[in-house]
Amino acid sequence: MNKQELAALVADILKTMEPPVKGSDYRPAVPGPAQKETAEDGSFVPDITRLDLRKLYLTEDPAEGPRYLAMKAKTPARLGCGKAGARYKTLTMLRFRADHAAAQDTVFSQVPEDYAEKHGFVAVQTRCKSKDQYLTRPDLGRCFDEKNLEILGRELPKNPQVQLVIGDGLSSAAILANAADCLAAIQEGLKLRHIAYGKTVFVRYCRVGAGDAIGDVTGAKVVCMLVGERPGLVTDKSMSAYITYEARAGVLESRRTVVSNIHAQGTPAVEAGAHIAGLLETILKKGVSGVALYGEAVG
Amino acid sequence: MGTTSTQMIVSRLRVENRASEFAVPEMVIADRKIVYESPVHFTPLRSETLVDGDALRELVLAEYRSAGLTRETVDTGAIIVTGETSRKENARQVTQALSGLAGDFVVATAGPDLESELAARGSGAVEYSARTGKTILHMDIGGGTANLCLIRAGEIAATGCMNAGGRLLKLDGQGTLTYVSPVLRGLWSLPVGSHPAQAEIDALCARLARALEAAAGLTKDDELLQRLTTAGTRPLPLNAPGEDITVSFSGGVADCIGRDFPENAFGDIGPALGRAIRQSALCRGDYRLGAQTIRATVIGAGCHTTALSGSTVFCRDVALPLQNLSVVPVSAREQEALSRYLPEKLRAQEDKAILALPGFAAPGYAQIQTLARDILDAVPTGPLLLCLEEDQAKALGQALACRTDRPILCLDRVRLPRGSYLDVGKQAGPAYPVVVKTLVFGKEAQQ
Repeated sequence: MNKQELAALVADILKTMEPPVKGSDYRPAVPGPAQKETAEDGSFVPDITRLDLRKLYLTEDPAEGPRYLAMKAKTPARLGCGKAGARYKTLTMLRFRADHAAAQDTVFSQVPEDYAEKHGFVAVQTRCKSKDQYLTRPDLGRCFDEKNLEILGRELPKNPQVQLVIGDGLSSAAILANAADCLAAIQEGLKLRHIAYGKTVFVRYCRVGAGDAIGDVTGAKVVCMLVGERPGLVTDKSMSAYITYEARAGVLESRRTVVSNIHAQGTPAVEAGAHIAGLLETILKKGVSGVALYGEAVG
Repeated sequence: MGTTSTQMIVSRLRVENRASEFAVPEMVIADRKIVYESPVHFTPLRSETLVDGDALRELVLAEYRSAGLTRETVDTGAIIVTGETSRKENARQVTQALSGLAGDFVVATAGPDLESELAARGSGAVEYSARTGKTILHMDIGGGTANLCLIRAGEIAATGCMNAGGRLLKLDGQGTLTYVSPVLRGLWSLPVGSHPAQAEIDALCARLARALEAAAGLTKDDELLQRLTTAGTRPLPLNAPGEDITVSFSGGVADCIGRDFPENAFGDIGPALGRAIRQSALCRGDYRLGAQTIRATVIGAGCHTTALSGSTVFCRDVALPLQNLSVVPVSAREQEALSRYLPEKLRAQEDKAILALPGFAAPGYAQIQTLARDILDAVPTGPLLLCLEEDQAKALGQALACRTDRPILCLDRVRLPRGSYLDVGKQAGPAYPVVVKTLVFGKEAQQ
């Protein structure tokens, strides 16, 4: 298939896209502005990352096309791709590579320099000096040097009930898309419950364990960290909240409570924030987090 | 409780968190199991038009005893008053007679759309359509009405209702006419007390069957179709012209389609109507009788009336259960300027009302706070009862709670059609059980 044929195929698929199957739970992504790239001959190539995979069904002559589409509407998995001989079709292969590239870009992208200042967060950096080091040395992403420890000790109030932390983690895009709104919802939910939280910290090159170091410095009862998840092929904007009661260096991973999949197609940031506020109240009341909380009712 | 028969079923619902431990909970009704089915009783009537409330209460109490139930063991219940009976201003009486019998949560519900859906679900037609991918036109033919439901690949596409049923005429053991339904005006001329010949009854049933054919788009007879379409329901046929459909039947008359009964078996025209349908175009193509026939609606009601709200919702100081909240729909445009639109909408509401808002796709928290302030401005007093389409009820609920001391109930993920009513039960895990209903009887009957 040459470039023109591919462009024609994609344009064709975009044109004939049916509305989603009624009655499904699927909440489609709001498409961004059309991005066009100029091909070698000066013509435009449609942006294949705009195709909604849940509606993209490439199997030829299906026996039950509409029913297969109805199933596809319920999952982001790449089903019904068809095949060319033993391989993917060109479109499937290109889209896979495009999504993979987007995920990789996200890992290497940075939260802007002025992000923390703009939101009034205390800004610190782990011992990592660069993204490359962050990716290759997880141990350095969990601790701070003297200078940053000094900032944490100076800026943060001691012994709050809840210490809120935002960490870039593996997806800066997730933090830019969700963290501020989620945090605002958490803070208002905590106010409503008369739970004291100190200042919010932003940590660059952050692993979840960095929250334990912050727990050591502040003596917070609970550390709640919003952190960018490892980008996948479905979304690169998914954020998690890791909540640890008495987070101190060396705490067991089983003592963390996680709320994952916070993004526009998963749990909306504001709703997750309201949920997390209730969860924090429960965790403070029970004095446990993680596996020990399993089965407890959550307000 | 229908025009002809009254039945009770008891089912056990299992509520389960389907989300992983690492995500926001997502409660679903995971299992619906019928634990008791009553026999089919004739609906106790004091006259042709009036339900005998005392006899009904006795009947239900007797069924409680045979099921081995006490009032305390029932968490939630729904009384579905259907067909002609719901139009006979019986609602208040039924509600009173049965109040307190089904736990905290007694509901008088009716309406042809809901009834059609319940029958289609209870008969197994929806499941059959989902399994086979076929388009089904389901007809639940009872005493007074035929409830129609179009199902495409397991999804209910449309519902409708016709005044065609097995008890539009009633006869005694001697073949004397004891009742003629008013819906037969223009189709039947013999008065109560006369002795109609079987040929005359067969002719009437042939016309009713022809009307049902027209309702399925198999015959064209607009005049007859219009005459028998229940007032205020969707125009028929429901299926698109030329659409490949399988007709499916439930209701008491469905049994008479399957086999012959003696003409006077039930003191009505059910056997004749069943025979007429069997000989009509409806049974010449692909058709099937429901897995459940006369019990379809009650089974549908027992298993499918109660749904669950979203699992991240907000409730403060609102005493539950709440019943008969009238739904005030707010459009996305109106949501932007609530103070302009809401006061007028709420003035028109006499009942307790719940606002149905669309909410926002992936909102910022500032948007939620603005919406909370707008709601407080537009609804200056009283409890705040809200339901959102988008998943953000907990966020909006807490934003409201920070700005007022008034009671708040904020639910989401419940689809509330225009003109519907909502019941909200006591909390089940983090979610709330809800019943969305349409009520055809007048407002004064809802108390």
